[in-house]
Amino acid sequence: MTAEEVESLARGFLAEHDPGGDRLEFLRARFDAGLAWVHFPAGLGGLGVHRELQQVVEQVLAGTPQLDTGVQAIGLGMAAPTILAFGTEEQKRRFLRPLWTGEEIWCQLFSEPGAGSDLATLATRAVRDGDEWIVDGQKVWTSGAHHARWAILVARTDADVPKHRGLTYFVCDMHAPGVDVRPLRQITGEAEFNEVFLTGVRLGDDLRLGEVGDGWRVAQTTLMNERVAIGGAPVRRGGGMIGVVAETWRSRPELRTHDLHQRLLKLWVEAEVTRLAGARLREQLAAGQPGPEGSGMKLSFAALNQALSGLDVELRGEEGLEYDDWTFRRSDSVDFFGRGAGYRYLRAKGNSIEGGTSEILRNIVAERVLGLPSEPRVDKDVPWKDLPR
Amino acid sequence: MTLLYTEVEEELRASVRDLLADRCGPDAVLARIESAAPYDMELWKTLSRDIGVAGLLVPEALGGAGATAREVAVVLEELGRAVAPVPFLTSAVLATRALLEIGEEDLIQELASGDVTAALVVPLAASPYRSPAEAVTVGADGTLSGRVRAVAGADVADVLLVPAGPGALYRVTAEHARIEVAPSLDLTRPVATVTFDGAPGEALGHVERRKVLSFGAGLLASEQLGTAQWCLDATLAHIRERHQFARPIGSFQAIKHRMADLWLDVVRARAAARNAADLLAEPAGDSPELAVAVAKAWCSEVALRVAEESVQLHGGIGMTWEHPVHLYLKRAKAGQIALGSPGAHREALARLADLPGPL
Repeated sequence: MTAEEVESLARGFLAEHDPGGDRLEFLRARFDAGLAWVHFPAGLGGLGVHRELQQVVEQVLAGTPQLDTGVQAIGLGMAAPTILAFGTEEQKRRFLRPLWTGEEIWCQLFSEPGAGSDLATLATRAVRDGDEWIVDGQKVWTSGAHHARWAILVARTDADVPKHRGLTYFVCDMHAPGVDVRPLRQITGEAEFNEVFLTGVRLGDDLRLGEVGDGWRVAQTTLMNERVAIGGAPVRRGGGMIGVVAETWRSRPELRTHDLHQRLLKLWVEAEVTRLAGARLREQLAAGQPGPEGSGMKLSFAALNQALSGLDVELRGEEGLEYDDWTFRRSDSVDFFGRGAGYRYLRAKGNSIEGGTSEILRNIVAERVLGLPSEPRVDKDVPWKDLPR
Repeated sequence: MTLLYTEVEEELRASVRDLLADRCGPDAVLARIESAAPYDMELWKTLSRDIGVAGLLVPEALGGAGATAREVAVVLEELGRAVAPVPFLTSAVLATRALLEIGEEDLIQELASGDVTAALVVPLAASPYRSPAEAVTVGADGTLSGRVRAVAGADVADVLLVPAGPGALYRVTAEHARIEVAPSLDLTRPVATVTFDGAPGEALGHVERRKVLSFGAGLLASEQLGTAQWCLDATLAHIRERHQFARPIGSFQAIKHRMADLWLDVVRARAAARNAADLLAEPAGDSPELAVAVAKAWCSEVALRVAEESVQLHGGIGMTWEHPVHLYLKRAKAGQIALGSPGAHREALARLADLPGPL
């Protein structure tokens, strides 16, 4: 299918559906027309064409009802590609449509108090009981769990084998009895994250994604997509966090000093080369020559966001000593660029921790891109139950 | 507009790389730098005649290849990767560009063939953003007098292109100048002091020095990318092989993390250098000036950082004359200063990106 054909399809759809009518009806119809994510297969919201052609659709449908990408981030960026890759036909038909329209929100039950960077050592257990699994454990750093209908969950189904081999991937029903979501207050004052306690939660075997014991491989798909989702979004020149800081700089000449100026210019250069590297990466992907650059984009994004948001607070002087609101409340969505400078500074601290710490990402770059040998491992061939903890 | 390499560019890269692998390996360069002929003019002739690099920027009608800054950038990447001692940047980029600006045709044809080599007589450290004090003056009899320090490529030039007077460019035959090569920080691109003492010069026309230097700076970023890439590759090879504490030192996180950061710097250097080359090739939509400032500011620092880390991570051997990494460090340090320091290019961004300084 050519770009012209996709465009005419989108125009035809727009002629038949009133974007001013019911928002949800419009989005459902758009999904059914294959215009949700064009690279997905026909019948699952796509057309089975190259993902670059999505831009064509977005241009035609600009100004029509849009997704709430903040609240839907985990569903769209992580759950959907994983379900597409590992789900059964039935699971794809059941989950993808309401996931895309936003009727059902998703969250991610991966990290645990005892398993962060070493995710594969996680201890949440899933024990088979006939056609069901009984899940017990505790998850943490779960954004949006308080309005999620479903979660992607990794749990241990075999403690007698080495840690990577005993995991299984599930879709968790967040409305099931035994799921307890508690807000977790963060350094910003609000609770964007939660801790989730799972006590005797019964999940049908039809909620299992992939084979029993294959959960680590399935989770890799989710994590790779997560890193692209956090660091790989296109920005225009001077956009994103540098745009926020440059705006302060331009509108408040009284705040300028020579030292701040030097540092701002340095960061502006870094933001621009990072943007160009992202653009180059997308060109490589479009040309079918996927480069290893992707693994590094989140690293750059995190470092830049932190430096820029820190400079923004410093630059504001007296105003930088104030904070917009410490009230403990649940946030509705993740917003790196919103609210006050103090909030942005504190929120950015999470950028080098969430979705793989910068330390782990450096290991990934060093080992998988640069081919450097791994550190000696003491936990590789030891059954999970025998690991020291 | 693309930030990737075209097939034609990859083919050009392959031929340059093959020739350099054959004729310009680290041992050959190390031996040459202390000889009487630090520039390899035989290699330069082969590059020019067999691959046509000297005439890349020259239109086909004038005997050149009619190529653009994009192809020039690819050649520079390879020359940087080999720290090749040839006058490509000075003759085929800076001098040729100045002549193209003027619309001079006869000399350009000679340069395109590689038979004649030229040098623009400005300090290699000249910034595109600063008008220098006039170094060479034109006497009442039309002859040139003055002295210019740290000129690259002058000692192998047949023709000197001398900015003198407001915006004017003069042609002086090399025999009419005194060219003294100074012991240079960059052993593979030595600089010389050029003195004119009533030298006969031919006025060629008016040239915007700033534009020529900016063009050179934007492309020098690609040479720096090549230098950085070699240092990264050489260091990776070393730390995979070198064992201490009974394991490859590349398995220690303290080293791996530094390599990951350097790699990310080089990835971004490539994007910045390609962007500048692309806009210098076809400045249709966007002004290349901003892209040049970004590329030179970033690539200067990355090349230097990777070279410095490379020396460190090579340990004792990195400190020896015998190992070629010092050639790259010296090239990178000199490149940092050349055609506008990173700070000079960032200062220009205050204007180009609308980030004005304190009132």
